[in-house]
Amino acid sequence: MHAVYIARRFLVFLLIVWLAATLNFFLPKLSGQDPVRTKLLEEASLGGYVHAGIDTMVKEYQKRFGLDKPLWRQYLTYLDDMAHGDLNYSIANYPRTVVGMIGEALPWTVGLLGVTTIFSFAVGTILGALLAWPRAPRWMRWLMPPLWALHAIPFFLLGLVLSWLFAFRFQWLPIFGGYSAGANPAWNWGFVLDVLRHAILPALSIVLVSVGGWALAMRGMMVTTMGEDYVTFAEAKGLRSATIFSRYCLRNAILPQTTGLALALGQILSGAVLVEAIFGYPGIGALLFQAIEENDFFLIQGIVFTVIVALGFATFVLDVVYPWLDPRIAYNRS
Amino acid sequence: MAGYLRRNPALVFGLALLGFLGLFMVVGALTVDTGNAQPLSAPALQPPSWDYPFGTDRQGRDLLAVMVAGTPLTLRIGFIAGFLGVGVGSLFAFTAAYYRGRIDTVIRSIADIGLTIPQLLVLIIIAVSLKGSLTVNQMAIIIASLAWLSPTRTIRAQVLSLRERGYVEVARLNGMSGPEIIFRELMPNLLPFLAATLVGSVSAAILASVGLEVLGLGPVEAPTLGMTLYWVNFNAAIINGWWWWWTAPLVVIVTVFLGLFFVTVGLDEIANPRLRRSA
Amino acid sequence: MSESVLRIERLSVGYDHPQGRVRAVDEVSLSLRPGERFGLAGESGSGKSTMALSMLRMIKPPGHITGGAVWLDGVNLFDLGDIDMRRVRLAKIALVPQGSMNSLNPVTRIREQFRDVLADHGERLSRRAFEGHVRELLAQVGLPPEVADKYPHELSGGMKQRACIAIAIALRPKVIIADEPTSALDVVVQRQVMETLGRAQALLGAALLLIGHDMGLMAQFVDRLGIMYAGRLVEVAPIGDIINEPRHPYTRLLIDTLPSLERRTELRGIPGLAPRMSDLPPGCPFHPRCPAAQPLCRAEKPPLRPIAEDARVACHLA
Repeated sequence: MHAVYIARRFLVFLLIVWLAATLNFFLPKLSGQDPVRTKLLEEASLGGYVHAGIDTMVKEYQKRFGLDKPLWRQYLTYLDDMAHGDLNYSIANYPRTVVGMIGEALPWTVGLLGVTTIFSFAVGTILGALLAWPRAPRWMRWLMPPLWALHAIPFFLLGLVLSWLFAFRFQWLPIFGGYSAGANPAWNWGFVLDVLRHAILPALSIVLVSVGGWALAMRGMMVTTMGEDYVTFAEAKGLRSATIFSRYCLRNAILPQTTGLALALGQILSGAVLVEAIFGYPGIGALLFQAIEENDFFLIQGIVFTVIVALGFATFVLDVVYPWLDPRIAYNRS
Repeated sequence: MAGYLRRNPALVFGLALLGFLGLFMVVGALTVDTGNAQPLSAPALQPPSWDYPFGTDRQGRDLLAVMVAGTPLTLRIGFIAGFLGVGVGSLFAFTAAYYRGRIDTVIRSIADIGLTIPQLLVLIIIAVSLKGSLTVNQMAIIIASLAWLSPTRTIRAQVLSLRERGYVEVARLNGMSGPEIIFRELMPNLLPFLAATLVGSVSAAILASVGLEVLGLGPVEAPTLGMTLYWVNFNAAIINGWWWWWTAPLVVIVTVFLGLFFVTVGLDEIANPRLRRSA
Repeated sequence: MSESVLRIERLSVGYDHPQGRVRAVDEVSLSLRPGERFGLAGESGSGKSTMALSMLRMIKPPGHITGGAVWLDGVNLFDLGDIDMRRVRLAKIALVPQGSMNSLNPVTRIREQFRDVLADHGERLSRRAFEGHVRELLAQVGLPPEVADKYPHELSGGMKQRACIAIAIALRPKVIIADEPTSALDVVVQRQVMETLGRAQALLGAALLLIGHDMGLMAQFVDRLGIMYAGRLVEVAPIGDIINEPRHPYTRLLIDTLPSLERRTELRGIPGLAPRMSDLPPGCPFHPRCPAAQPLCRAEKPPLRPIAEDARVACHLA
């Protein structure tokens, strides 16, 4: 029973990968021309020291995706490349490969997003659960309005305010980048602290906004759960308040909350991309921003593809974990 | 009615914010020359003064004019995309939830898979190929193309739960046809929920448009709020201390989002009385 | 006559409504003897479930207990502090919930739902002793020991309800309150569950308060029956008396609704609707629907007074 469930989820994941590649291929062509080709030719005609490389790229591109090739043929070639992990070279940064550039930027994003998401989710969920519980300390109610208000605005807007406040006005924290210019990346305390200092503002922009959202959602789930029959019976059984809170309410409300996490991943990532763009934090977001500025199509496509695949995988993992949390799911056909 | 409004402060607050914004736009349109929203209309980089209440930017735009001209543009994108999104989404949702069977599976699968893909990225791919020549209306259409996914899912879930209620069965036995039941029985009961979804959809659309613009993928000529922030970032306005340049669009955007958010909360309360706190 | 184990004295419960406070339970008094089966019957909205919750002191805002006392073994439950009251629940007075499908925690196994009960009531058992205890309780309700490993959704409705009974008797309470334990169950399962309940009660020598609206069920099961209407107790008598010689007009109509195997007559209902609790008629709350109503009934509320040994009625005409 489990194996079938996992297999189905994996198929969905593969479907998403395929969909990502297909969108990447067809959407740019919607405008009527082939913007990739246009850009390549543009770069080639500019001359300069990348000229030789671009020429090769143009020739290669013509060979595979040239206008004389039927569309379906181009598509299959493209899929074949993807399947081999070949995301091509970066047009603006030749001879660096797209995979190489993404590989450099990805750890920064994973670090920032991973830590902030887990932290906001955990803190927000617990806070939300407590806010729904009548026995919780009263002062917590005061936290709600500011968190509520904050959660309605996009991450990067808070980022703007924070960067002005702490980097410009008070000059406590750096305003830009992942580490100080001129610093040598190395595994020593000095560097690590430098990185952390640069990560605080981006992280804070994400966390302060997200926590409110998770808290609000969890509070709603808890209210619904607290109205269930099994909670009434739990109280009639003379269980302690803490037991009812944790094992009957929280444990059940966390299920839809986790589903919410899976659904929100895409949005969180979109928001983080913008935060990185604003702060120049050297993750996928800043890379994407740069690629857009330079019209570096291969890089843009590569990033979008990678991100979609990564998210699809994360969703897949969450889907597989879910039955472990909710014993009803493994038994139902989903 | 007034008694209810007093008990639903969120709705009142949200409407007040949006109302204030509307007032700003109307009064602004009547008193400010929006021509000054174009570059070279004023001396560059002036801090707020009597002549230029919001200051000017590096290209010489009068920021007050920019706000007055740009806010309706941003809102327009949001409303067009939001309405289209909920309109199309409702259609799909009601069809899927009412008729069930194969058509439900198809619609639901498309929506579920579509929602796993982060919308901003797909929008980026589309917008990049049109870069530089994008108009405000084109942006709205592009955003609308993905905006229906989320409403489809949420509305479908609600319709499903309603469908099982007794009065739907009674209507069916009375001989009402499918579309009749959808429009005369299901929809009226869902109005507060649909309204909340609509506001949420508009908010998401505005967020998407501002996001695209900040990345430089918006209508470059237009003085929209997001484009203003793009120029703020481009010119490193924060480090250079030109605080007025980003404060104006920031305040407007925050007002928009907060207003829409509180309205959604207020509408949610009407739609789902269980969340009301008991006396 | 042995002493009563549970004595409810003029219990009143009110609900706060935007239009004012509503009396859901109006000065109800009754008592239970050990080992006795007492039924409490009435239409939906008559206040029976509110009674059950108030006995366990589980009424939440906007509801409030507005008066009265509940004496359990000589202690007024309303005088107890929160922690003491918590300890009383299940240990002295246990609730068997409605026969709805949702009274067990869906994400934990049955065994765990015994474990937290024992832990929170201060019982420390070794693993062996605990397993044995659970097995014994399940056996008492006729469930095989494998049930302990299962999740609630893996059990049928009847099995779930019997598991709830097993939990309810786990600490050997003196009083068991069963609030519509067989609603939503089919007739065959109903019988199983009621038999289980009866056996469990007999084993413990506990008093049972059975709340419901199924007069047929009451007739088969209880020793004494109380009839509630609009939040008030309108008749209390031994079951034989109620069935054969109902004194209150409402009781009479209720008995008449029972289909008979011997006579074939038209199905009868009770004309009219139960009154809205926020809008009670003056005098006797039943008088608008009463076939025997007199002007006095409109003017004065009839008190619940003894009419025979062990029987009370609230009617001017009895």
